Amino acid sequence: MQEIQVGIADYKVGKEPVVLTTLGLGSCVGVALYDPLNKIGGLLHVMLPRMDEYGKEGKPAKFADLGIPVLLKEVLKLGADRRLIQAKIAGGAQMFRGADNRFQLNIGERNVDVVRETLKKLGIRIIAEDVGGNKGRTMSLDTITGVVKLKMLGAQVKEI
Amino acid sequence: MEQYVDALQEIGNIGIGNAATALATFLSTKVRITVPKAVLVPVEDIFQVIGGIENAVAAVLQRVDGDLNGTLLFFFPEANALGLVSHLLGQSPGSMDEIDGMGQSVMKEVGNILTGSFLTAISVMTQLTIIPSVPMFTFDMLGSIISSSLLCTGMLEDQVLLIETELSEEDHLASGEFIFFFNVGSLNTLLASLGLLDNKEEG
Repeated sequence: MQEIQVGIADYKVGKEPVVLTTLGLGSCVGVALYDPLNKIGGLLHVMLPRMDEYGKEGKPAKFADLGIPVLLKEVLKLGADRRLIQAKIAGGAQMFRGADNRFQLNIGERNVDVVRETLKKLGIRIIAEDVGGNKGRTMSLDTITGVVKLKMLGAQVKEI
Repeated sequence: MEQYVDALQEIGNIGIGNAATALATFLSTKVRITVPKAVLVPVEDIFQVIGGIENAVAAVLQRVDGDLNGTLLFFFPEANALGLVSHLLGQSPGSMDEIDGMGQSVMKEVGNILTGSFLTAISVMTQLTIIPSVPMFTFDMLGSIISSSLLCTGMLEDQVLLIETELSEEDHLASGEFIFFFNVGSLNTLLASLGLLDNKEEG
């Protein structure tokens, strides 16, 4: 088994038996795309909902609206079948609560909204998700089975 | 950037030195610090640079505004955080999940003392106006805390600058790591305030 790490604002793709893992999903959202027949998958770690709301620059993988199409393109390049691709998403927690109202507190929720919207536009179905709450997650996609594992502090590993 | 690393480390050193003194006074113990590490990191590599990303930590976070924009993060292992709370309050909270408002308040206050003295030292040295926000507290995996705190405080660039130091205190109560993230724009402000930008070509 080969494990590939996906950084913040980054994506990686792989074919079985690769496992793609991303750490530190707080208000960020992890998007896993997977073709169960060809056993090809990709994992993206987005930080923000939309690029045009945030200064119009930066790498596409940072944003839900631009990152997902890029991930899709890379998964297809590896040989995945467009019609078979399914999505699983996780993250979008609200980690901090407090008196500082200049914090962008609902960013996790907005990330999830835009991830859903973007996948819908691309015609990709979300078959499982684990979003919201106030705890961070580690997410990994097993390209042999398509299973997404989620690790949270003080909880058992969850499979979706 | 490389030529400015020394300057940044020195700024970090002065800031953290002041913070350590304040903490030592507050806890009446000795506090040791490591030489700060200053690095410019692409955002996707930040976990590799910091390490220990899945560790459970208690963290106090403050947004910094004014002439510099950034985030200050002070984090320490669960056991230390619990020890600190019981040392200051005289009773043990048991576990981090059971920690009450008072315990969280203690943690924020310690964070406040550290960050306040850190920023005061930098402000005095550079004559810049630096305004810290109200501290926030959380207990979670380090990676999620870092990524979310960058976001929540508007650190949206592809690269961030960070100054990192380790603090260790005799009884391991307040031993932890202290990181100051700031955006690349603030680097120029910082260097200009020290007169370091005038005679050098742009790096």
